[in-house]
Amino acid sequence: MTVRVQTEAFDAGALLSRFSAGRTGSGAVVSFTGIARDVTGGAAVATLELDAYPGFTEPAIEAMETEARARFEMQDVLIVHRHGPIQPGEAIVFVATAAEHRRAAFEAADYLMDRLKTEAPFWKKETGPDGERWIEPREPDYQDAKRWNRTS
Amino acid sequence: MTKVLLLGRLRDVAGWRERSIDPAPATLSALRDLLTREDAALGEALAGRGVQAAVNKAVTRGDIALNPGDEIAFLPPMSGG
Repeated sequence: MTVRVQTEAFDAGALLSRFSAGRTGSGAVVSFTGIARDVTGGAAVATLELDAYPGFTEPAIEAMETEARARFEMQDVLIVHRHGPIQPGEAIVFVATAAEHRRAAFEAADYLMDRLKTEAPFWKKETGPDGERWIEPREPDYQDAKRWNRTS
Repeated sequence: MTKVLLLGRLRDVAGWRERSIDPAPATLSALRDLLTREDAALGEALAGRGVQAAVNKAVTRGDIALNPGDEIAFLPPMSGG
């Protein structure tokens, strides 16, 4: 299983070490860790809460993985995504890709993050001293995701 | 019976997250009409930009017939990462 959706906090460094271990056939491993910020758009954030839809969220992310594997010369991939309450400084998402050469590993990780930002079935709410607000993808997120349409 | 789930900001608009509706509405549009009659603010939010409906965990477009026991989820724009 290479997609994990979980409420537990995770250690991105430990995930990367395990993912990389014994990988004698991969010339390249790329990882991305998304971290909850304590200020967004000038507003303080005390807690970020991600709502998921169990039974729907996981298959949607697995479909992204399948498409990434078909699109890039990737040997392996790991996607870990949290939901529930997340404190600033904690990791929200971790993506690692392994490939024979660096380009595919970089591009697959970039592609997966663009898809996750705009299509992964999560709903995010920030809570801070100014109250609560729901966060939806921003226009630059959609523009980033569209970059991959040009060559598909 | 139809199970209805609200995700994201929709649950704050409605003040609930999950409920059962009995008898089951015959179509998705009938379900929308019923929810809108009960709560105009929710009806407006459900018709909002980018809000999708999933029937039994599959996103649907347009109107479709519902069967008793179906699970309908209303999904605002999604965002991970």
